[in-house]
Amino acid sequence: MQTALSQLGPVIVDGIIYSAWLFIAAVGLTLVYGVMKILNVTHGSFYALGAYAGASLTAAWLARGYPPMLSYAVLLAGALLVTLVAAPVIERGLLRFMYAKDEVVILLVTYALFLVLEDVIKLIWGVNPYFVAEPYALLGSFEVGGLKYPTYNLILVGLALTLAAGLAWVLRATRVGKLLLAVIHDPEMSRALGVNVDRFYLVTFGLGCFLAALGGSFTAPTVSVVPGLGVDVIVLSFAVVVIGGLGSLPGAALGAVIVGLVRSLSVHYLPQVELFVIYSVMALVLAFRPRGLFGLAEPRKI
Amino acid sequence: MKPDRTPALLVAILAAIMVGGLALPQWLLFILTIACAQGLVVLGLSLLIRAGLVSFGQALFYCVGAYTAGGLARAFGVSDVFLQMFAGAASAAFVAFVLGFLLARYRGIFFGLLSLALSMIFYGLVVKSETLGSTDGFNLAKATLFGVRPGAEWVRYTVLVAATCVTLAAAFLTHRYLKTPLGSLGPAIKDNEIRVEYMGASVRYAIHVNYVIAAALAGAGGALAATTVGHIDPEMAYWTTSGEFVFIAILAGSGSVVAPFLGALIFGAIHSVAYGLSPNTWQMSMGLALLAAIVFLPDGLWSLFRRRKNA
Repeated sequence: MQTALSQLGPVIVDGIIYSAWLFIAAVGLTLVYGVMKILNVTHGSFYALGAYAGASLTAAWLARGYPPMLSYAVLLAGALLVTLVAAPVIERGLLRFMYAKDEVVILLVTYALFLVLEDVIKLIWGVNPYFVAEPYALLGSFEVGGLKYPTYNLILVGLALTLAAGLAWVLRATRVGKLLLAVIHDPEMSRALGVNVDRFYLVTFGLGCFLAALGGSFTAPTVSVVPGLGVDVIVLSFAVVVIGGLGSLPGAALGAVIVGLVRSLSVHYLPQVELFVIYSVMALVLAFRPRGLFGLAEPRKI
Repeated sequence: MKPDRTPALLVAILAAIMVGGLALPQWLLFILTIACAQGLVVLGLSLLIRAGLVSFGQALFYCVGAYTAGGLARAFGVSDVFLQMFAGAASAAFVAFVLGFLLARYRGIFFGLLSLALSMIFYGLVVKSETLGSTDGFNLAKATLFGVRPGAEWVRYTVLVAATCVTLAAAFLTHRYLKTPLGSLGPAIKDNEIRVEYMGASVRYAIHVNYVIAAALAGAGGALAATTVGHIDPEMAYWTTSGEFVFIAILAGSGSVVAPFLGALIFGAIHSVAYGLSPNTWQMSMGLALLAAIVFLPDGLWSLFRRRKNA
């Protein structure tokens, strides 16, 4: 019992770090669903694109001998670059013609795009892994309960908190946020009242793409970037946002914390059930709250 | 009323495969058998899609069927194709019967997501279970039929003919089921389920029945795939496998019980050709094919035949 309890510190620290990562990786998904009612499988591709862009740009940056401390800005720039290239092409070029179709059909369109992008990534970056560990190692480490943690993880936590606060502020306290709520509530009526709904869709999709790419690029220094990186992230992000309630920002945060802590508990105490337990939580939440913890009920149509 | 030509079509297909199979090369027999296995899964999936429910977790039953067949082979040395498929169907149907009480309450995207979660739970279980070979899975012995072990060059042909018999029987039964009052509820549920309830039918019961049938078909398909490939692993329950089934279902359309098999065959053909031409971009070809199907053939390949008939 003593040993089990002495692990509690690391369990919580691991859980918080993992939650932060999950939130960054998943929040874009809930945003896009909330505004556009698209369950975006391409999210995983944006994550992978971000990881590749972040890794290769940072490697190039460091190879030129530029200051390593600025490599964090390069990671950010990588995510931005991916967004500026991919989001307009996909939203304007393809998705907007699909909005009239059924929710499930649009999901399949994004699945098809995901398949295409998997190979686009291979064509651009090849199939060999990328390692860029410098930004990860640069800041040294801190210690909790006798275990060392890289300080880089604190950047992830800070990034997650900043994103959550920023998004909440934009949605709740700005004019854009209020207009966005109107678009979510009734796109047709908003259009009639002079809101540029198309632009809101493009910006929302772009933001969702940026958040996924940001998740990818800031994960890149901690892993080896290989093909197929985005496949696991898709279902994991689904689990996070479904637990919290699709389309809900606080839901995504709560979902990330729940999945993060559950995973960290299982990794420390019962590693055999790690995968099993995450999706069990998802199924359990859906069983009792079909629309997730913060999901809104929809009126029945007769 | 139009005469029902489906039974005649099914018998013609069986005859064509029994005769044609003698002349076909081994790899083509393999592709045909896998198309049967996937077609069975998609046949069940299209029952659900008719009712507006897209399951992103049919891989669960596919994998349950495969592991049932594998377990039977490993624990009791059962290698009979019919027995394996029957056992796979039965165990998948049982799992679906239990899960159905929960899932029948869900619609739309939530049905898809919950079925996805359930299949990922199973994936997580199998991956971590060492007795089942963990991520590597395990191999199955060559198939037999009624206690007879066919010679090496006859295995594929035997399995294909057995598979075709089961598959066509399943297609015929499904075809008949769709003509019953319960079977014809699907599109009505998709349209407006409250009116279905007003008519006195139980939507939840109808969905539960469809779900169990779909699972049984997927289980039989999984068992067939297991014995054909000779190897099973947890990837069979991963979400990308479910994605492929939905892909085939959309490609095929739901105009006829034959459509899923045609869809599976064309899916296999696109896969082989794309992979043969360029191994690094086959996924891109598949994605583009799916996009093309959604844009140009929203009712699936089967609508091509329909249109010609009406013209």
